Amino acid sequence: MMAEVLGRKDGYCKGKGGSMHIMDASKGILGANGIVGAGIPIATGAAYSAKYRGTDQVAVSFFGDAASNQGTFHESINMAAAWKLPVVYVCENNLFGISVDLRKITGNPNIADRAFGYGIPGVAVDGNDVLEVYQATHTAFVRARKGEGPTLIECKTYRQKGHHIGDPGTVYRLKEELEAWKKRDPIKTFKARLIKEEIINKEEVENLEKESRKLIEEAVQFAENSPFPEPEEAFEDLFYEMEGAKE
Amino acid sequence: MIKMKKVTYAQAICEAIDEEMARDKNVLILGEDVGILGGNFKTAVGLYEKYGDLRVKDTPISENSFLGMSLGMAITGLRPIVEIMFTDFLLLAADQLLNQIAKIRYMSGGQVKVPLTVRTTIGAGRSSAAQHSQSLHAIMCHIPGLKIVVPSSAADAKGLLKTAIREDNPVLFIEHKMEYNQSYEIPEGEYTIPFGQANILREGKDITVIATSNLALKAVKAAEELGKEGIDVEVIDPRTLIPLDRETLIASIKKTGRLFLADEGYERVNITSEIVIDLMPDIFYDLDHPPERLCLPNVPLPFSPALEFPLIPDQEKLYKRIKKIFKG
Repeated sequence: MMAEVLGRKDGYCKGKGGSMHIMDASKGILGANGIVGAGIPIATGAAYSAKYRGTDQVAVSFFGDAASNQGTFHESINMAAAWKLPVVYVCENNLFGISVDLRKITGNPNIADRAFGYGIPGVAVDGNDVLEVYQATHTAFVRARKGEGPTLIECKTYRQKGHHIGDPGTVYRLKEELEAWKKRDPIKTFKARLIKEEIINKEEVENLEKESRKLIEEAVQFAENSPFPEPEEAFEDLFYEMEGAKE
Repeated sequence: MIKMKKVTYAQAICEAIDEEMARDKNVLILGEDVGILGGNFKTAVGLYEKYGDLRVKDTPISENSFLGMSLGMAITGLRPIVEIMFTDFLLLAADQLLNQIAKIRYMSGGQVKVPLTVRTTIGAGRSSAAQHSQSLHAIMCHIPGLKIVVPSSAADAKGLLKTAIREDNPVLFIEHKMEYNQSYEIPEGEYTIPFGQANILREGKDITVIATSNLALKAVKAAEELGKEGIDVEVIDPRTLIPLDRETLIASIKKTGRLFLADEGYERVNITSEIVIDLMPDIFYDLDHPPERLCLPNVPLPFSPALEFPLIPDQEKLYKRIKKIFKG
């Protein structure tokens, strides 16, 4: 994954996708998307496929609040509801599409409410509460596997950084709002809760954090050691079975 | 001797889909009115009754999303055929067709195959006005990652469609709506026609006519008339625009020394522009006359037949234009 982000030959997509199009089909990850909302119908089609093939697979579509204003969101949920497809729509509502505040462009910023219009459950959860997210997801999966159709889960959260590197994220939002949400950081609060409820102790947490950091450092090392692809490789992978992009 | 039978163009399409659905249980068809109605152009008659609701799926009018769904199906083991009623409507699904379907294999570094056939229609002549009559295949040819088929006769349509359905890459299969009710002789039984193989419909020594879709058939009729005037016309149907059978086209032009092209898309940025510049390095010194073409003029298609028909490239216009090259 890190090699792909750095545009290297050993990346998942051989350096052709980058962070926007990262995919690992071998694990059932059907691709991130550079077009907001475009992954929603693709995931819905994967759900149709699971039903068609008679498996117990469930498709999960992740997108943000901004994608919920694309036609694909409405069109896809409508079809999934009509055909009771095993799919879970997860909207990470962090209130901002780049700089635009959802509350300024939507009559009702509660995305989960939209599910009602399509006749499926819409569940709003505290997106910064790990267990609440888990519980809602579990319920949605059970429903999908029973053949009862899709669920829309809205995870209410906040973007702690800018939209991209180079966007400090300061112009379009209130400092107080950001600071309040930072206190509710899901990693920090879940850690505190686990320690408080004596499920894990401080030392174990520190070890986990150390391991994670090591894993990431190793990934960066791997990526930096991976060569860049050769220029000729730009002509490969367009069509299956064909020699390069030549037709 | 191949046994022949008489069917309409629509029946030939339907037979191809039926045979491939019977052959492979992962083949399914989805689109607007493909179910109980049997297709807006009767290209799916009886399939709903035979294969059921899951394999023959009527969709809502949500072109972008049901086309996107077909991509999700194609990369998870199915082999969908999607019907988009008109190329005009394909513009609604442009993101899924051109940004997603055409590119997902490439963007993923070759991780997935995309066995997906998108069927659509082109052609004017039904007083359908500006949004149901366009021939927009050139736009689609601009984007790398799709194979693009423009069959002329029913026999070609059937054989090429079967190849499209078996293909592990996305194919845009473009039918001509004025052909659906026409009757044609097609071979009995199953057969396929490979992509990238142009069809020389009529041999001649004076001029090469490259004509797409049903204009290839009209060019043959025009050529018969021109023959009576002593002009010996060779007519070639490229069958697939991507891949393009350059070798057959080049060999013909080298033989005749003259090139005329015909396509029902708008003239500006027409596919014929691309064909000419693509072939030029190989034919330049063999040409005795600058290449000419007949396309749709650069105006939207009007409703009234009195306005529409004078614009549409047809047999008569082909005859006149080609004759002018020789007789002034």
